[in-house]
Amino acid sequence: MNDPLHPRVTRRELLKLSPLLLLGGFAVPAWQERLLNAGVAWSDGASAALFRGGHRAPVFRDADVVPFERFPYNGYDVLEPAIDFDGWALSVGGAVKRAGRYSLDQIRALPKITQNTRHICVEGWDAIGRFGGASLRDFLDLVGADPRARFITVTCADDYYESLDMETARQPQSLLCYEMYDRPLDRGHGAPLRLQLPTKLGYKQAKYLLTMNVTDVLPGKKSYWGDQGYSWYGGL
Amino acid sequence: MTPTHTPARPVYEHPWAVRLCHWTNAVAVTVLTLSGLKIFNAFPSFGSKIPERDLIEAVPQAITIGGWLGGALQWHFTFMWVFAAGGVVYVISQIVSGHYRTVVFTKRDIAGVWPMARHYFLFGPKPPATGQYNPLQKLAYSTAIGLGALLLLTGIVMYKPTQMSTLGLVVGGYHGARLVHFLSMCGLLAFVPGHLVMVALHGWDNFASMLTGWKRHPEYAPGQETR
Repeated sequence: MNDPLHPRVTRRELLKLSPLLLLGGFAVPAWQERLLNAGVAWSDGASAALFRGGHRAPVFRDADVVPFERFPYNGYDVLEPAIDFDGWALSVGGAVKRAGRYSLDQIRALPKITQNTRHICVEGWDAIGRFGGASLRDFLDLVGADPRARFITVTCADDYYESLDMETARQPQSLLCYEMYDRPLDRGHGAPLRLQLPTKLGYKQAKYLLTMNVTDVLPGKKSYWGDQGYSWYGGL
Repeated sequence: MTPTHTPARPVYEHPWAVRLCHWTNAVAVTVLTLSGLKIFNAFPSFGSKIPERDLIEAVPQAITIGGWLGGALQWHFTFMWVFAAGGVVYVISQIVSGHYRTVVFTKRDIAGVWPMARHYFLFGPKPPATGQYNPLQKLAYSTAIGLGALLLLTGIVMYKPTQMSTLGLVVGGYHGARLVHFLSMCGLLAFVPGHLVMVALHGWDNFASMLTGWKRHPEYAPGQETR
């Protein structure tokens, strides 16, 4: 019988650990960013694959909702960007049959959904709030969005911008939100209209909406925080 | 039959999958801990946002990686796959090979924990070695593996609190998952210094066995170990 500690044996056993060297790639500065981006893209892909459009985010009793004063304001820049509220309308374009400007009254005319859901920030805090608005799915049907289109993109009055996969946009709890706590959305929370998406992190839920585009191809600027390194998908 | 006074023959202690998973997870746990502390730094509390009661001022930058929250999340969302893969491959290979019997802490090991602890910490007599791992080691390793599984479970709940809302009920929802995730990390960290000190004390042959699988001069006769 061969000596199990013969150098040839131990060397072979050691070489079997060579897959570990792959992890060393993360220590190479030139590769690090690309590897980490690939890791996040992989996570986003897995998140999209696991997403169940029919699965509902938890909803809560009225008693579980935090008081309005304790629902945090979060903005990256200004909380009250300049908006012409009288002339405001949502400009819709792209792969839709009825492109054009949609007034708040037209959006309010869609069936209203009111829901108590958990808002989760990428920082780790969360707050259960009460939100009201039109189902984004109903609105996409109203404007005649191409059912096979993959994404919607939005821009905002404070030069924030976001994009969303169509599966999430059509999830039944995804809202074009114009009410919070049964009152019209206030300026700091995104008046006159914001996205409210219980299946996405807070930074995906763009406020102060101005435009919406239905598309198959994401633009270069696809997500304000996603472009800076946060996960684009941002799903919960 | 081996004569009692000749040195024991080398033993193949650590199968390839165990060694590979040990080292990938050593890297993954390091990266996940350092990036996790940076993520925790963004909201170092387990309470409400308003009013916010932070547990610490700030985690020192020196024990974090990623630079900012987004960077730390990139490391965390990448190495969580390494950690998960290492854990799953390890558990499956241990079960399939039957090798898990060397490491899983069972009722039979309870009586041996105190004598071993007395030997390590109070210079008591050394209990005879009966297998690859002594009862105290089995307890430590089984606990560490359990904490790893808990970290994975609570991590999944935190990553997907709506898609995994049913699983979340097991660990107290999003808040519970966040707290248990943090405490499990603390528990796993508590295991590391003891582990490293023991490795240092037991010398090169013991360390090399986690590289080549073969242990020179084992303290127990081969074949006698619990397989």
